[in-house]
Amino acid sequence: MSENKKLSSNIEEYLETIYKLSQKDEDVKTSKISKDLGITQASVSEMLKKLDKLEYVKYSQYKGARLTDKGLKTAQKVTRKHRLLERFLHDILKLKDNLLHDQACEMEHSLSDEAERAMCQVLEYPDKCPGDSVIPACDLKFTSCDECMNRREEEVNEVGKRNENLIPILDLKDHQKGKVSFIRGDYKVIRRLLDMGITIGAFISVVKIAPLSGPVEVAIRGSKLAIGRDIACNVFVELVE
Amino acid sequence: MSKDTDERSPKSKRFKRSKKQENEGDTPQKIDYTIALAGNANVGKSVVFNELTGSNQIIGNWPGKTVERAVGKLLFESKYIEIIDLPGIYSFSTYSMEEIVSREYIAFEKPDVVINVVDASVLERNLFFTIQLKEMNVPLIVCVNQIDLAKQKGIIIDTDKLSKALGVPVVSTVAIRGEGLHELMETAIETASQKTVTDTHTLKYGAEVEDRIEKITEDIDNKSLELGYPSRWVAIKLLENDPEIRKLVEAQSREVVNHAYALAREIEEIHNEPSFSVIASERYFLANQFAFGAQLESKIKITFAEKLDKLVTHRVFGYIVSALVIGGLLLWTFVVGDFLSGLLSNAFSFFQPVDPQTSGTLTSILWNGAFGGIVAGVTLVLPFVIPFYMMLSLIENSGILTRVAFMMDSAMHKIGLHGKALIPMILGYGCNVPAIESTRILETRRERLLAAFAITFAPCAARTIVILGLVAVYVNIWWAIALYGIDLLVMFVLGRLAYKVVPGEASGLIMEMHTFKVPSISVAAKQTWSRTKSLIYVVFPVYIIGSAAIQALYALGYLTPIANALAPITVFWLGLPVIAGVVLIFGAVRKEFVLLMLVAIFGTNLAAVLTPIQFVILALVSMLFLPCLATLTVLLKEFGAKATTTIALANIATALIVGGLAYRLFLPFL
Repeated sequence: MSENKKLSSNIEEYLETIYKLSQKDEDVKTSKISKDLGITQASVSEMLKKLDKLEYVKYSQYKGARLTDKGLKTAQKVTRKHRLLERFLHDILKLKDNLLHDQACEMEHSLSDEAERAMCQVLEYPDKCPGDSVIPACDLKFTSCDECMNRREEEVNEVGKRNENLIPILDLKDHQKGKVSFIRGDYKVIRRLLDMGITIGAFISVVKIAPLSGPVEVAIRGSKLAIGRDIACNVFVELVE
Repeated sequence: MSKDTDERSPKSKRFKRSKKQENEGDTPQKIDYTIALAGNANVGKSVVFNELTGSNQIIGNWPGKTVERAVGKLLFESKYIEIIDLPGIYSFSTYSMEEIVSREYIAFEKPDVVINVVDASVLERNLFFTIQLKEMNVPLIVCVNQIDLAKQKGIIIDTDKLSKALGVPVVSTVAIRGEGLHELMETAIETASQKTVTDTHTLKYGAEVEDRIEKITEDIDNKSLELGYPSRWVAIKLLENDPEIRKLVEAQSREVVNHAYALAREIEEIHNEPSFSVIASERYFLANQFAFGAQLESKIKITFAEKLDKLVTHRVFGYIVSALVIGGLLLWTFVVGDFLSGLLSNAFSFFQPVDPQTSGTLTSILWNGAFGGIVAGVTLVLPFVIPFYMMLSLIENSGILTRVAFMMDSAMHKIGLHGKALIPMILGYGCNVPAIESTRILETRRERLLAAFAITFAPCAARTIVILGLVAVYVNIWWAIALYGIDLLVMFVLGRLAYKVVPGEASGLIMEMHTFKVPSISVAAKQTWSRTKSLIYVVFPVYIIGSAAIQALYALGYLTPIANALAPITVFWLGLPVIAGVVLIFGAVRKEFVLLMLVAIFGTNLAAVLTPIQFVILALVSMLFLPCLATLTVLLKEFGAKATTTIALANIATALIVGGLAYRLFLPFL
């Protein structure tokens, strides 16, 4: 493996970890990263400084690291590949659970975007990895999986990629607002969401999130809806200030 | 607002039903007009229906479907009017039975007028459905309801503007106080008497969609297809790729369908979105324009209701509120129920003793059985169920129950259901029968089935009586509470087991969180009455016939051989006396019979006949072993024979396993 490639997969690994840990708190402490990766705190802060310079994270000694938009984009991409791979290894290749993680870690850095898309189609747009973590949305310019299937012939670079990051409404913090940009999953769920006013381009904001992994309450078109987590992890928005 | 202003302003004139109508009751009369009420759930549609028809209504099912059909009659300005309350829906897709029933009714039965009830504070989302009703090309009136609540939020709606934009009459109402209903009916009659739809005011979509709708409409008209639905509506549904409509058109012309499909693909190319999604977005765009065009003021105020909302969904306090709501509801039921039950059974025992009679002439046994059935129904079920429903309706209509469902969603997930399923499960504490009927609010058959199965274990009023009567009286109150706990545990474990075994996926929660409001006592009373009425229709006949029949079988000596045959199970496995077999068979008709039977055979000094462990096990087994006959009847009605048999067998197996284990486990302690 070339020096360059090794460096980039190292960066990806860090970003993936920070992304995972940032689901709880936006700012991720050095100590947590060090614990998760099994690397000394000193080398972690060294690396975080480097990531800060490359504009992947905002790093401060006291608060820890926070992903920038650029960092989030890379982190979501590699996390998506990792979790899709786990799903693939588990569902199609029937690999044992204890082997999934390491194998996916190896493969995620070399999985092409074309292969990623094909894998997602074969698995019928899975929303969660075998460990029940949410798979981030793809970065292609689609508004639904249906569209991705219909335009199967077109290659990834013909379709084009989106500039903004997509965030599932499940991950929005209280009172954050977004524009619905992508809904993952089958027809039936999408139809129900559309009927309730959650259409592509509509503005949606989180009113509150029920404790104990409960549903999310959102405000949309002047009404308030409670949406279960299984659905909320499939409705993606672009953040709006 | 004071009463006087109500009198003066014609708009807020209180709606009055004609006295004559109340007296005519069931006598058939010519119906001048048929009016259908349509709209989203929880917009006050049923309140409008209740206010208009009073007690003069029949609640049943749509033929062949498990969807409630409410029809009422009204005499208004010497016209006989029939009003149909369509189910609350958000759209005309084909994803629920309610939606199909509604759209078929409107297209094929052609009511003289459709009144679309909309919630003034959520105008945009409600108008999404209004637009679809308009596409059905029926005489339409929009009733903007709950304008008082909207006003509190700072929303005032200009009905003239809205009327102009939609091209249909718009009337504003506060149905809960009867305001505006008189005008609504006047407008309805006026619209209905014009008969023909003179609708030239078509709501148009964006050009690239509109052009294609027109092309398909032309196609359909040229081929003069006989579809029953308006051509334009069919064209839109074809573009939306509605499977039912596609099938319908395909049967007559494949060409039209193919052309529509090609046009839908074109829309998808332009928008990079599935065509159904494009059309939904466009419809919402229209709804948004109409709503904001007609909203005079939309300064968002933080209302008291919102503060209350924060409190009841708070991460700590919310659970306390949930527990208080559920616990309080049960406590209220038992306290009030116990009091009423005592009063009523005293009144009844004045006429005749109601212990099961096991010897004498066949007629007198049958009479005793039938009478016992009536008494048990009146003294045991109604006093518990009516206060329960009354309180539940109040909680439901206030909006608190929605918040409880929101908070409990993650717990319900453990048994494969979502928060909404909590509502029928709570109902199950009163009586299983209406609880199982109300599982209709859930989206899929699988969810309804899972909820119904869990409900068959819910400790209803009758089971509570058995636990209290056998265990609390003859053993002690702690064992009674323990049994209640075991029952909840069984309910949860089996619910989870069923969720793992029954194939299919959970549909997930999408639930509207409507605003808190002060519930109306009269609406709650009517709701209570209609729930109780349906209970009486199902339960009472089964009670009366069932208890008479089983009593006769026992007296004729048919049950003793069965009890003897069951002895290996009852005596060896469960440690009960032989007679328990008979008692349990009686208990299958009505749970309270377990208690009554024992008293009839042994007198009130049961402690001399049964040991403490036998009391506990008998109560436990009779609680679990089979849902009562009335519950089985309603299961059969809702889910069919196969599912009912499976549920019944699962219940029996559970009762035997749990009972046998409990016998061996508890023996050292009793």
